[in-house]
Amino acid sequence: MSTYDLLIAPFADYGFMRRALVACLCLALGSGPIGVFLMLRRMSLMGDAMSHAVLPGAAIGYLVAGSLSLTAMGIGGLVAGLSVALLSGVVSRATVLQEDASFASFYLTSLALGVLIVSLRGSNVDLLHVLFGTILAIDGPALVLIGSITSVTLVVLALVYRPLVAECFDPGFLRTVGGRGPVYHALFLLLVVLNMVASFQALGTLMAVGLMMLPSAIAQLWARSLSAMMALAAAAAAVSGYVGLIASYHLELASGPTIIMTAAVIYGFSILFAPSGLARRLFPRPHLAG
Amino acid sequence: MSVLLTLDNLTVTYDRHPAVHHVSGFFRVGSLTAIAGPNGAGKSTLMKAIMGELRPAEGRLRHQLARSDFGYLPQAADINRRFPISVLDTVLLGAWRHTGAFKANGPKEYTQAAAALAAVGLSGFDRRPIGSLSAGQFQRVLFARLLLQDAKVILLDEPFTAIDARTTQDLLDIVAHWHGEGRTVIAVLHDLEQVRTHFPETLLLARECIAWGPTAEVMSAGNLLKARMMAERWDDGAGSCEPPVGGASTNGVVA
Repeated sequence: MSTYDLLIAPFADYGFMRRALVACLCLALGSGPIGVFLMLRRMSLMGDAMSHAVLPGAAIGYLVAGSLSLTAMGIGGLVAGLSVALLSGVVSRATVLQEDASFASFYLTSLALGVLIVSLRGSNVDLLHVLFGTILAIDGPALVLIGSITSVTLVVLALVYRPLVAECFDPGFLRTVGGRGPVYHALFLLLVVLNMVASFQALGTLMAVGLMMLPSAIAQLWARSLSAMMALAAAAAAVSGYVGLIASYHLELASGPTIIMTAAVIYGFSILFAPSGLARRLFPRPHLAG
Repeated sequence: MSVLLTLDNLTVTYDRHPAVHHVSGFFRVGSLTAIAGPNGAGKSTLMKAIMGELRPAEGRLRHQLARSDFGYLPQAADINRRFPISVLDTVLLGAWRHTGAFKANGPKEYTQAAAALAAVGLSGFDRRPIGSLSAGQFQRVLFARLLLQDAKVILLDEPFTAIDARTTQDLLDIVAHWHGEGRTVIAVLHDLEQVRTHFPETLLLARECIAWGPTAEVMSAGNLLKARMMAERWDDGAGSCEPPVGGASTNGVVA
C-alpha cells in the first residue's frame, strides 16, 4: 500500500470521507479554544453534562423530521441545550443550589427524557446513531451548519476575548470596572452549546465533548500561554480527526470512537512526555544555577 | 477639603446580624485613611459596601463618583493564580477605563504599563506567567494594575498581609505617592505601627465606629481597648435593634 493509498485515497475516492474530514477540521477549530476556556474555568465536567442535555431536543427534531435529518436534530439540540443552560443558571441564582448541582439535575432529566423519546418511536439503531454520532452520514446542509457554528464561534471569541479572560482570571476585577461578567458568561455558555450541537452531529451525545476536552487537556500539558494553548488544542483536535478517520477507514472501525481514541493516545503520550509530564519527574534535569 | 464620600448611619448585615452598625462620618477628598479594628470588626464589609458589592440594610452611602473612579484591591481576591496570563497582560487590564471590553491596547497603554511595572520594581517581568510569581511579586503586579487604573479613590483591603518588609515598604511608597497626587486612599490595616507612621487619619471600627479622625487621637489606649472588648460578638438570640435616638431610619428595616 502506497503512502497515497494510505493517507489520501480514502478522501479522494469517497465524498462522505471528504465531508467527514471537513467536519472534523471545523469542529477542531471551534471546539479546541472553547475547550481550553471550559477547562480554565474548571467546567470540564459541566461540558459533559451539557452534551447530554442536547439529547431530548435532538430526539424531538428526529421525530419531527421523521428521519435521521441532522439539521432538524441540530436545531432541536440547540434549543434543548440552551434551555438547560439557562434554566440551571436561573435555578442556581434563585435557590441555594450551586450551579453544578442544578446543572446535574437538569441534564439527567434531559438525558432520560431524550432516551425516552427516542425509544418511543425509533429503533435501537437510531438510538445508537444519536448516542454515538454518524460522522460518515454528514450531508451538505449539516456541513453548512457545522461550518457556520465554527465561524460564529471564532468571531465571537475574538470579539469578547478580553472580558472573557478577565471573567475567568479575576471576576472581582471585572465587577469593579463595571464589566458585565454574567453577560459574557452567558455568551460563553451559548458558544459551548453551539459547539456541542456541531460535534453531536459527528460524534454523538456521549462523545460530543471528546473533541473539546481531550485536546484542551493535551494543550494544557504542553503550552504556557493562553494563545498557544488554544492553537495547540485546535491542532490536536484536527490531527485526531484526520488520523482517526484514516484509521477507522483502513481498520474498519467505528469512526467517532476512533477519533476520540486517537485524541486519547495523544493525551497519553503528552502525560508521559510533556514538559510537566511523568517522564520529566522520573528523569529530572539538574536545576539551574540562578 | 471637601467631602468625597459620606456614610450616613450605615448598617450592613449578614443574615440580619450587623457587621457594620450605625456608622456615620465622611472621607475627605485627598485623605489618606486607615481602617483599623479587630477581626470581625466589619472592616472588609465596609469596603464592600463602599464598592457597592453589599447593600446597606439601613442608612446609606452618599457620593458623586462613577464606578470607574474607584480602584479596589480586595483582601482575598478570587483571582485564579494558575490562569495562563502574563504579568504585562494582567497590568494592561488596568487600562479598562480607556480600552473597555473591546478596544485594542495602543502604544500609550503599553508605555503606561511599562512605567507602572517599573514603579513597583518589576521591570523585565512583563512576559512572566503570573503563576510563577511569589505572593509579594504578585501583590506588586496588582499594585501596578491599580496604578494604570488611574482611580480617584483607591480602596486597599489588608494589602500587606503575608508580604515581607521590603515589599511592604515599596508599596507604602506608592500609597504615599497616590496621596501626594491628591487621590483618596482608604486602607484596611492590621499593623497599628504602620497605621501610626503612614496614615494621617484613622477610622477605628468594631462594628460600630469607635473613633474617626486624626490617627494620634483615634489610636489612644482607651479607644483600642474599647475596640477589643466589642469584637466578635454574635448573639444568636439578639432581638431587633431599636433605631438610635435621632438616627435616620430610611426604610424601616432594622437588624
